[in-house]
Amino acid sequence: MRGITVALALVGLLAAACGGTTTPGAGTSGQATVKKDLIIGFTASQTGAQNVASNKQTEGIKLWVDDVTKAGGIKLKDGTILMPQIKSYDDQSATDRVQALYTKLINDDKVDFLLSPYSSGLVKAAAVVSEQNGKVMITAGGADDATMEQGFRNIYQVYTPASKYLTGAIDLMLKLDPTIKKVAIVNEKDSFSTSVVAAAKPYAESKGLQVVVNQGYDTGTVDFGPFINQISAAAPDAIIGGGHLPDGTTLAKQLYEKKVSARFVALLVAPPEPTFADIGEAAQFIVGPSQWETQTKYSAEAAKTAGVPFYGPTGADFTTAYKAKFSAPPSYHSAGGYAAGLTLQKALEDAGSTDPEKVKTALDKDDFMTFYGRIKFSTDPKTHGKQIAHEMVYVQWLKGSDGKLATQIVWPAEAKSADPQLRK
Amino acid sequence: MIRVRAPFLPALLVVLAIVAALPLAVNNNSLREELFLMFMLITLASSINIIMGYTGYVSFGHIVFFGLGGYFAFYLMQNFNAHFLVAALAGAIPASAIALVIGVPILRLRGAYFALATIGINEAMRTAINNFEPFGGAVGMFFNFSVYDTYGGARNAALLAYGVMVVVALATVTTSYLIRRSKFGLSLMAIREDQDVAMVVGIDPARAKVVAYVISSFFPALAGATFFFKNGIIEPGVAFDLLRSIESLVMCVLGGTGTVAGPIVGAALYEWLRGFLITTPALANFQLFLAGLLLLVVVLFVTAGLVGWLRNRYPVLRAYIQ
Amino acid sequence: MSVDALVPSAIDGLMLGFVYGLAAMGLTLIFGVMRVINLSHGPVIALGMFVVYVLFTGAGVNPYLGLIAAAGLGILFGVAIYFVAVDRIINAPELTTLLATYSVNLMIVGVATSVFTTTPRAVDISLGSVGGSGVTILGTHAVAVAIAIAGAALLYAILFRTRIGKSIRAVANNRAAAELMGIDSRRVLALSFGIGTSLAMTSGALLSTLFSFTPLSGATYEVKSFVIVVLGGLGNPTGALVGGIVLGLLEGVSTVFIPVSWVPVLEYVIFIAILLVRPTGLLGARA
Repeated sequence: MRGITVALALVGLLAAACGGTTTPGAGTSGQATVKKDLIIGFTASQTGAQNVASNKQTEGIKLWVDDVTKAGGIKLKDGTILMPQIKSYDDQSATDRVQALYTKLINDDKVDFLLSPYSSGLVKAAAVVSEQNGKVMITAGGADDATMEQGFRNIYQVYTPASKYLTGAIDLMLKLDPTIKKVAIVNEKDSFSTSVVAAAKPYAESKGLQVVVNQGYDTGTVDFGPFINQISAAAPDAIIGGGHLPDGTTLAKQLYEKKVSARFVALLVAPPEPTFADIGEAAQFIVGPSQWETQTKYSAEAAKTAGVPFYGPTGADFTTAYKAKFSAPPSYHSAGGYAAGLTLQKALEDAGSTDPEKVKTALDKDDFMTFYGRIKFSTDPKTHGKQIAHEMVYVQWLKGSDGKLATQIVWPAEAKSADPQLRK
Repeated sequence: MIRVRAPFLPALLVVLAIVAALPLAVNNNSLREELFLMFMLITLASSINIIMGYTGYVSFGHIVFFGLGGYFAFYLMQNFNAHFLVAALAGAIPASAIALVIGVPILRLRGAYFALATIGINEAMRTAINNFEPFGGAVGMFFNFSVYDTYGGARNAALLAYGVMVVVALATVTTSYLIRRSKFGLSLMAIREDQDVAMVVGIDPARAKVVAYVISSFFPALAGATFFFKNGIIEPGVAFDLLRSIESLVMCVLGGTGTVAGPIVGAALYEWLRGFLITTPALANFQLFLAGLLLLVVVLFVTAGLVGWLRNRYPVLRAYIQ
Repeated sequence: MSVDALVPSAIDGLMLGFVYGLAAMGLTLIFGVMRVINLSHGPVIALGMFVVYVLFTGAGVNPYLGLIAAAGLGILFGVAIYFVAVDRIINAPELTTLLATYSVNLMIVGVATSVFTTTPRAVDISLGSVGGSGVTILGTHAVAVAIAIAGAALLYAILFRTRIGKSIRAVANNRAAAELMGIDSRRVLALSFGIGTSLAMTSGALLSTLFSFTPLSGATYEVKSFVIVVLGGLGNPTGALVGGIVLGLLEGVSTVFIPVSWVPVLEYVIFIAILLVRPTGLLGARA
């Protein structure tokens, strides 16, 4: 009997101590703090074709959870403290598994909020399930435009949409060499890359470029020989396209092996990933669009200039913490994962509640800057949740003064860390 | 010998209906999702049973009708705002018409050649639709979410899809039973045992086989329409998934080919196993190994499958389990 | 679509055709000897890839030495498959063996995806390249052709120059008669399954030096083998080699005239058409 009393007293003291340290001010108003778990569900491609980029994204999410936990949780105005917990499964990069597992996350694991898997095809599959169940999902790793044009009410995208991925590369290319006339487009036939090309092809044509090869390849293609023969025969000045990491890497490698002599090559997704360096010399001069780079500088000052609040860590802090935790540099997929977490965190704080309707209202109102860039969602019912403020940069693999290959930001001009070069 | 005609079909349907009502009664969405898949697999396995179990033609690529039904219905809903129920029927009919057209030539092939041809047809269809832009090509098709407004939102649409899937499964089982009890069913089984002898006793094998094939294509097409209506998204790799095709074949063999209850037992067992294994990371792919092992054991030792084995072991059961 | 691409595409296709042909010879040999369509063919090809991969990344073994290991393991593995899944039902209808070998397919894929996952793997090897003026031939591809031809020649030497080969041909021709002549047909059947599996694994080993792969990659090549075997006539090894070359050429040349993604459609249509019109294959079944 006495034991219980003592234990109860201890619990009381502990609770008071917690309240006193984590939410200053809560004590004065006499409000008790309540710690609650916030269960965040998502699937990741621990295996399968998308595993590299997906793991980066998951690491970004994990770092965010760490940072929140270290800061003592997400503090709401009513004194509630939310401690994020991850519930995650391996989707093996397969759509049908994504749908089965998101159903399970929602129904069995009773998650509070969802984050997305990696890659547009999988995000789309997850979006359908979360929309059907009325769960709020913040997506990273899903850039497809079409996905966000289906009248969704609960999905919010932190990536710049696919339609903007290669248009900037075309601007860069023409600035670099206005004599470029013939361009070959070879892309993966998935939702993301198709969206990219649907925007990039007319854009190229509007700039007076002639599309001499325009072919799609299936997801999982390993032999690009037939495409490369077509490209070689058409002798284009530039090649744009690609899809995701495995195919983009292979395509770059085979273009190099087959000595294709285009002056400008821009590929999706693969070039900004550090593992792209595995193909050695073949990586040199390849350009790729990126959502974020370690060299990107979005700061409190930049936010002030733009007239929006700055939220979360600085880019330098993010990069340092990431390298310390995972002993590898972050890629834009990592930053995207972290940014998705931050977005949810800010919305919860603004809403002061975990009520999905209130959180959605907060997300709809959001317009803020993070180390990852500016974030604002479309509120037009037709494109609700689509990212409309975030901007991309373009990287190129270049040799530094030490002769080592590394990525440099080469576009837009005001953000560049090195001058772009033509392929030799 | 006194043969009691036990009310097998009504009893079976009542049991299935009770199972189907379970998740609604206890309001368990997760269970409903699992049963949705189970009823779909019952439909697929029972349909394959009509052409494989009764007629003796192993249709490896039977999933082609699931995919076609799904695509046709999806296209109608997406582009013409057709009501789901209308679209499902309007999608299944052309799928069966295609079964008629391809059935006539390929059912002339015997044994392994037929099996290979059905694989070829499924793959040809998958790769062709992969390039067919009106159906969205490799990206597939994707509902605008306003499609679900007709049915009172996405949640109610999922409920409707569940109900329809249950009805389709019950209809398949009923059809399977009626065929087995009919003269038509007898002629199919005669073809299975010996096509030449069947011909001698006045059966037109070519005609009977094609009819069986067309019937067995109709229900998978309905199931496909329902499955993709609920999914809100359809793409060639998922619609024409050869593995799903062969899994439903495994269920059929596991439960007992040529019996009415076999495919149901097989589908329920297999789906239960799959649901258990899918979320255990270490075992996530193990279901394939187990499926293979089960199939091998059945093929080598229990040719009749579970239900068939029971019927052989306890002849008294023959009156009760078909 | 340019005719300038015709020559390089034809050469690329032709070279791959030899590797496809080698795998198809394995499939057709098994069918020719015991009338079994081996549906575990694809996963076995993938196993060949992973033997090379594991030896290369795990122990730094040269991929071409790994290939010899794959060929040897192939024989053992094939004999094992025969006794586990085929022996008991060797006289059952074709459908039964179809299901039995498919069950082996599922088991291999299940274990391989559990162990290796579906993450793409590659054996990183480069032997440089030769050529210019539009045609570039990679060293790895040239070596693959040479090894495929050597493999085919070895099969012929075994079939026509050894006692074992004579027994295999005898059993293929008429099993009952061969048994009367004192041939232990079970051993011959098991060995044939072993040789067929070995050819598939060797082909997989070669493919691993050309392209990246997963445990599921075998499926693509399995279907190609089926098309080839049907082209060349089920059970005819020469037909399989010729069929492989024809398919490779067709794949290469057709890309000049139709979008690359339509090529598989063309292949399957040809496959179905041959099955319907001339199931014995263009070159006739069983030489």
